[in-house]
Amino acid sequence: MNKMIKVGMADANVCKAPYALTTLGLGSCVGIVLYDPIKKIAGLVHIMLPDSTKIINNSNKYKFADTGIDSLIKDMTQIGACKANLVSKIAGGAQMFSFGNEQEMMRIGDRNVEATKNKLSSLGIKILAEDTGANYGRTIEFYPETGKLHIKSVGKEPKIL
Amino acid sequence: MSKISLNGMDNMQYDVLREIGNIGAGNATTALSQMINSKVEMKVPKVELLEFKEVPEIVGGAENLVVGILFTLGGDIDGMMMFMMDNDASSHLVNLLLGNLLNSDNMGSSKGEGFTEMELSALNEIGNIIAGAYLSSLSSLTNLTITSSIPYMANDMAGAILSVPAIEFGKIGDKALLIETEFGNLDKSLNGYFLLIPTLESYTTILTSLGL
Repeated sequence: MNKMIKVGMADANVCKAPYALTTLGLGSCVGIVLYDPIKKIAGLVHIMLPDSTKIINNSNKYKFADTGIDSLIKDMTQIGACKANLVSKIAGGAQMFSFGNEQEMMRIGDRNVEATKNKLSSLGIKILAEDTGANYGRTIEFYPETGKLHIKSVGKEPKIL
Repeated sequence: MSKISLNGMDNMQYDVLREIGNIGAGNATTALSQMINSKVEMKVPKVELLEFKEVPEIVGGAENLVVGILFTLGGDIDGMMMFMMDNDASSHLVNLLLGNLLNSDNMGSSKGEGFTEMELSALNEIGNIIAGAYLSSLSSLTNLTITSSIPYMANDMAGAILSVPAIEFGKIGDKALLIETEFGNLDKSLNGYFLLIPTLESYTTILTSLGL
């Protein structure tokens, strides 16, 4: 039986197979999985906001897409992952409430996804799969053993990416 | 004068915020009780300063299926107000309200398999009325103008829904401060939560308006 490691909001964790990583009830936040398929080492960060430079209080690195990814890579290389091997899978960034007006805060999900993609591409990390946007929450599980990301949503068939 | 800092609040500030929850939720509970013509009780409000990872746990776990009705606040204070009930309690509530109107086909939805348009619309309106009761009592207590948006509803995992107010707090700090009141009836079939989530500056505005 795989052992599941939970990752909370604005938090991150790393593991090697046979351990696995999960984050429950992702809404507008984005769950970013980084994976070294050769060493079978994975990391998961649950970011809340796109950009640490726009926020004064930015001591928690895992809260932001930009610093969250940097810190996660550091955590992973510390347990033996090789940066050049890393690939990623991402999920989340939903718009939970269908606000009619174009308030900036309401598009936070989209902006989180966009910032995540920009950051990954600037680091040359390929996104192998994504399940982002729309208007529903997601629970994700990542298994370094298989490299598969399992996604559960309410009233929908589970997905495996 | 009284500035709230997420790192240190004194007991007096906690007490006053708890009392605000008490008065607001008291009115909201009364409104709910009148609507369904049955007794609804409320618990002592909690003023909680939470790490983000703890936020989804307040309503019974991140994956708990809930109906969340969100209002953004305006006027003299900014922030959000949320009314949350798990799916079972929500369908129990709409059945109490609409029971006579619904035919038996619609009753199937009470198993948490999603709600009909009619049920969602009823829940939205219930949320609107009781949030209005909460906010108007808060407004008359503090003498502040408090306006609210139209209700925005989502039916999903609690963690996903609570990420929306959590992100707002994420912009200013690493913790979320909220005033939470649980309500319910005797057999627990109607349990739910009122969450008042002002921004940090608005906490100061509220406390100042009360002479603190």
